[in-house]
Amino acid sequence: MHIIENGNAAAALGVKLCRASVIAAYPITPQTPLTEKLSEYVERGDMKAEYIPVESEHSALAVCIAASSAGARVFTATSANGLLYMHEQVQWASGARLPIVMCVVNRAVGAPWNIWNDQQDSISQRDTGWIQIYCADHQQIIDTVIKAYWIAEKVSIPIMVCYDGYILSHTFMPFDLPEQEKVDAFLPPFKPEYALSPEEPANLNTVTLPDVRLDVRGELAHSYMEIRYLLQEDLRSTLAVAADAEKRFAKIFGRSGDPYIESYRCDDADHVAVGLGSLTYQLRVSVDALRKEGIKVGVMGIRFYRPFPDEAIANALKGKKTVIVFEKALSYGYEGALTSDLKSALYEHLAGTVTLPSVQNFIVGIGGREIRTDDLTQMFRAATKGRVSREPTWIGLKL
Amino acid sequence: MDKEFIEIRWHGRGGQGAITAAKIVASAAFASGYAGVVMAPTFGTERRGAPVMTSLKISRTKIYDLSPIETPDIVVVLDHLLLKETDVTHGLKKGGIIVLNTPVAFESYGFKDFKLAIADITAISVEAGLPHGMVNTGIIGSLEKATNLLGIDILIKGIEEEFSTRGG
Repeated sequence: MHIIENGNAAAALGVKLCRASVIAAYPITPQTPLTEKLSEYVERGDMKAEYIPVESEHSALAVCIAASSAGARVFTATSANGLLYMHEQVQWASGARLPIVMCVVNRAVGAPWNIWNDQQDSISQRDTGWIQIYCADHQQIIDTVIKAYWIAEKVSIPIMVCYDGYILSHTFMPFDLPEQEKVDAFLPPFKPEYALSPEEPANLNTVTLPDVRLDVRGELAHSYMEIRYLLQEDLRSTLAVAADAEKRFAKIFGRSGDPYIESYRCDDADHVAVGLGSLTYQLRVSVDALRKEGIKVGVMGIRFYRPFPDEAIANALKGKKTVIVFEKALSYGYEGALTSDLKSALYEHLAGTVTLPSVQNFIVGIGGREIRTDDLTQMFRAATKGRVSREPTWIGLKL
Repeated sequence: MDKEFIEIRWHGRGGQGAITAAKIVASAAFASGYAGVVMAPTFGTERRGAPVMTSLKISRTKIYDLSPIETPDIVVVLDHLLLKETDVTHGLKKGGIIVLNTPVAFESYGFKDFKLAIADITAISVEAGLPHGMVNTGIIGSLEKATNLLGIDILIKGIEEEFSTRGG
């Protein structure tokens, strides 16, 4: 059944359908309506879950870590400075290998204070060991929440489901609301290999020494370095698990796509725009406009950002003349993080075999600066004619 | 009105229900076969009484561009006093329609290049038994009469559905 709702509602409905049993969150714009919806579901009895109000984002994730350790399916959500305040627990959650799902409703980080959309918040958490998936519309938000629980619980790694603040979170559009029976068929109840319980008290994630040692059972136990290596290994193999999730999802819900990237008119394109989130859908309008002018362009949205699907991306960009990366975030002091990641993937998989595409970086929509489709089209057109600048080019800057 | 793509901008005051009205029209448009509907409020500065705006795009196909409307076909104004604070005709297409809730006589308005439709929704709503100031359902009727957008029946159904799911 199709309904018309905003992106926060799509996320909340997804969490409800997944039967999360513990929710802890601290409200922050533009995430607030999502947590309000969930607290309403719990209050009305539509959701059999415990909603734990907390005094900060740090505590929100601490509660989720504890509840997940005890075997609950948990959920939290935040934005911007809330995510930054959570950062220490963010690292803990992945190190502790807990399958937490968290929505990051993308917003600019302070200072100066700003409540509008960009993606600096989640991009700044790129290296925390979490899986990051970006959504371009409401269907992707609700479907990704559902897939995220399945993937997270398969690989014991937490997932950030990222979607643009306001542009998606507060905008209404139609999407198909999955049926509960189908979600139940897709996502079985969470059965952790180990769950903390009062009957079997244990210390988890205590001090690990630099080297391995015998544990209480006399078995050689991993030390910090082994534990961290396995996190990296398992993150890399998550790409295969994501493909399984997509197949399973397609079978049950009849919707499917490439689990890692979403390409539009890329096959015969010479120049491909790349980005994350709703921006990549807006760029489709620019692609159509430029195609009418006879310029062979396409756009690729990256859905999986971590683990980075480097091989799939490099293959898709093989033989292209130009790759134009539109980003709503920046690794300050260099360039957009996605731009660096793309260059690395292209170099790794294509260097020495084909001419590498020229890579250009545009920075857009920082702090919610309106992204006019005409401006995107104009910059996109310019980039197909040669390098606009060595440094990242900021679109719409009014200095 | 049967077009591939219709852009409607709504002007109201925080608390007046412009966003709810736009959402009702969005749902009705989707129900009548428009596959693409996107309703995007302008964000961040909504306060009760302050001017608010929302964009409604209606399309036969899925909408990928969520950026605000620049050149609306129709603007709907829920409070005539907004005309003194905002240029509601900004970007309005030549020959575009303004649907205005106002108690002031039609002759006192002189919009060049645009068509104007007025109704005193504030008074009509009270006559219809609604509390004073509740104009966001009445304005949908005016919009339909002025534009033949979707047909009144599907809009009434949309209004009923929207308010039947609101908690009593």
